[in-house]
Amino acid sequence: MAVLRAGLLALAALAMAWPLAVAAQQPAAAANACLDCHSAMDAPLQVTAAQFAADIHAQKGLTCASCHGGDPSDAGNAMSPAKGFRGHLDRAKIVALCGSCHGDAAFMRQYDPSLRTDQLAQYRTSVHGKKLAAGDTHVAICTDCHGVHGILPASDTHSTVNPVNVATTCKRCHADAAYMKSYKIPTDQYAGYTSSVHFAAMTERGDLSAPTCTTCHGNHGAAPPGVASVANVCSTCHVFQAQLFDASPHKAAFDAAGFPGCVTCHSNHHIQKPGDSMVSTGAGSVCTNCHSEGDDGFKAAENIHGQISTLQERIADSKAVLQQAAHSGMEVGEAELQLAQADDALTKARVAVHTFTPAKVQEDVTAGTAVAEKTREAGIAALRERDFRRKGLGLSLIAILLVVAGFGLYIREIERK
Amino acid sequence: MATHIPSSLEPGAAPLHDPLRRRVLQVFLGGGILASIVSFLYPVARYLAPPAEVDLGADSVLAGTIHDLKPNSYKIFRFGSKPALLVRTIKGEYRAMSATCTHLSCTVQYKPESQQVWCACHNGLYDLNGRNVGGPPPRPLDLYSVHIKGDDIYVSRNREG
Amino acid sequence: MSTPARIHHWLDERFGWDDLVAPLRHKTVPRHRLSYWYFLGGMTLFLFGVQLCTGILLLLYYRPSAGEAYESVQYISTKVQFGWLVRSIHSWSANLMVFMAFAHMFSVLFLRAYRKPRELTWVTGLLLLFLAMGFGFSGYLLPWNTLAFFATKVGTEVAGQVPFVGHSITVFLRGGEDVTGATLTRFFGFHVAVLPAIATMILGLHLLLVQRFGISVPPGIEKEWERDPSQRRETRFFPNFLLRELMAWYVALGLLGALAALFPWELGAKADPFAPAPAGIKPEWYFLAQFQTLKLIPAKVLHIDGEVLGVLAFGAAALIWMLLPFLEPKLKSGPRWVLGLGIFALAFLGTMTIYAYLAK
Repeated sequence: MAVLRAGLLALAALAMAWPLAVAAQQPAAAANACLDCHSAMDAPLQVTAAQFAADIHAQKGLTCASCHGGDPSDAGNAMSPAKGFRGHLDRAKIVALCGSCHGDAAFMRQYDPSLRTDQLAQYRTSVHGKKLAAGDTHVAICTDCHGVHGILPASDTHSTVNPVNVATTCKRCHADAAYMKSYKIPTDQYAGYTSSVHFAAMTERGDLSAPTCTTCHGNHGAAPPGVASVANVCSTCHVFQAQLFDASPHKAAFDAAGFPGCVTCHSNHHIQKPGDSMVSTGAGSVCTNCHSEGDDGFKAAENIHGQISTLQERIADSKAVLQQAAHSGMEVGEAELQLAQADDALTKARVAVHTFTPAKVQEDVTAGTAVAEKTREAGIAALRERDFRRKGLGLSLIAILLVVAGFGLYIREIERK
Repeated sequence: MATHIPSSLEPGAAPLHDPLRRRVLQVFLGGGILASIVSFLYPVARYLAPPAEVDLGADSVLAGTIHDLKPNSYKIFRFGSKPALLVRTIKGEYRAMSATCTHLSCTVQYKPESQQVWCACHNGLYDLNGRNVGGPPPRPLDLYSVHIKGDDIYVSRNREG
Repeated sequence: MSTPARIHHWLDERFGWDDLVAPLRHKTVPRHRLSYWYFLGGMTLFLFGVQLCTGILLLLYYRPSAGEAYESVQYISTKVQFGWLVRSIHSWSANLMVFMAFAHMFSVLFLRAYRKPRELTWVTGLLLLFLAMGFGFSGYLLPWNTLAFFATKVGTEVAGQVPFVGHSITVFLRGGEDVTGATLTRFFGFHVAVLPAIATMILGLHLLLVQRFGISVPPGIEKEWERDPSQRRETRFFPNFLLRELMAWYVALGLLGALAALFPWELGAKADPFAPAPAGIKPEWYFLAQFQTLKLIPAKVLHIDGEVLGVLAFGAAALIWMLLPFLEPKLKSGPRWVLGLGIFALAFLGTMTIYAYLAK
């Protein structure tokens, strides 16, 4: 009896201990002990398991100890300096810590051989890096942009450094007037950028090739491009305009006056969709910022604007005629197709504006005007055909009317008593 | 309308007292009927005669002949209602694709120097598979298939429903 | 002997022409204050004839495959001489024909021409109305434009709401699970072969019955004439009534020509099955009332799917409509019922159609 009771007790103890033993034997994701406490804490000490599971470092097998030191497998010694625990890392030291791995090409090769390893070197050339070296810890360090415990690769759309999110990341400091007070630089860049065509291209059209802060300023080596070189940045995409500008009279003039190319007329952050009024002499003109009535530039602006407006009107007129014909049921697909070429010419003319030479713009405008006129003729011809049909209808209706009247009279006749 | 069943009123036997009136009526009615029939039959006759242009301009188009293009050159042809590009590559193969740039719809061309498809408006570049490889175009060009029958080059696209 | 007389004699010798034509010679049409309604049937027949002729002409150039249908209609409208005229007349006449068919049906209803012995005339007539709508539905898809494609999608979807056999019906109509080029080919087959064959047979029966029983006189007027036989008026069908019908047909022809030249039928954009449906897709006007009704029925009515209920209701309505001549004598004050039903139906269809137009 007593033996039985003892046996049952032993069995019960085993039943209770067994799950514990199994749990203890779990390959402790080495972060366990750290996360056990820290997941239950409040910010800024909170790091949840879910957060850390998404982290690219955790996925590659790194642990809390990889950066913070200590012994994560042992809750008692997890934060023991004897085990190398470094605790909360000093802002000034974080850059060097990250760079200790990410700047080591041989080390990084085992994870992803195509990853760059010059981030630290680049950072040191940047405004942020230089200021940090001089002791300013307010500037951006690695973790400010990349995050700290939930770091995602840049290709992940949720990453703070993915192109669609870069501007939001930069603006955390750069749009904060209070934070930036001591640096005496503007804080309207984000506001300007978010109202620009580049921002619209990225967020509305999903065009990931559209520029964001880092495209022009660099990411790790972030610094504003100088006055002399900002045009080079724009010209990496806007090739034609840059080439034409460089061959134009403005290049020498701007260089001499110390004006940046491109930015002087188009702004750096607040880049709007250019309208024809920009190269005019009226409202919205950028030419009149320098040129005044009577000088060559003013005359050229007037001329160019006139040419482009005329072409635009001719195209609109042609479109209207074709549309009228189409609405009346005439088929004008061929002409509409050709008119697209006139739109091409208009686009090219708007690029040619950057020569600031009326004769050069004239080439494209002439080509476009010719097409617009030809298609307008086609539209008029279609309308003439429509009128011809209506006349034909009129004639047949007369014949029908005759017949109906004839029938009526005939009936009256044969029914007369 | 008639007042009683007019048993004596057969057509033609109508008591048209006035021969002149009868004549006028005949001309009116007969002429009118003739004119109306002509106005019906004339369009039908014209309709039955097949037009000169037999091609529908549908999903398959005759783009040219094998004698039209030297290697490493191109031509623009009309496909349906849009322009299309036919390229003869440097190796002599044919490629066909839409010629409407996906950026702002300018018509593209082929650059023999770099063997790429290029858009003159904003320097967009595509490879010979239509993929957008440089400049502003956000999407590739639609590729078309090329079939050679005898001397003729047919370009077609798949648009089944 | 003059030539017409010679031909007449030749025909009579062989076919007994005079005996054949005799009934037509003696056929009369009652003449009273409501006899203008008698033109509607002939007008529907005439428009059907126009459809046949323009349809055959279109057949010479139309290509019934998804890859070429749209282009072939474009070709007809732009390249073929007077193709625009043939095509627009075909489209306008189709709509006018359906309208006339409805008008003819309602006038027969209100004039109570469906009474014994003309019950089968009514039934065949109603079948012809449904056939006309079938012609319209199948023909509408043939230009293969966006509107037609999606209207067909919706229409065949609704057909699938019939319990048990609904899905089979949809698959049968579509030639597959979805609306594809196969649907186009199938609809083409229905439109130019199957429906014309059936329509010809039923039309032949309908006309035969009309000839057999003569033209009905509305009951009120019948009573008047029984009281005072001298009031009775009859017109000869040939040539008097026929001449008047010809007048009306000529006017209709003129109207069709005017519509074709002044309001040509649109081509639309080629159907793209992979593009999302444009907003505000609706069927042709003669299906709008049913379409709108289905939209108004709540999704679930006492655990029954709203659309299923709607489709069943339409089916029941069609059946009752067809059986009206048989039901009316069995009901007390049957004529009142039918009159009420007719007014209700007209009001319902009219209101729903207008509502559907305004509702987008």
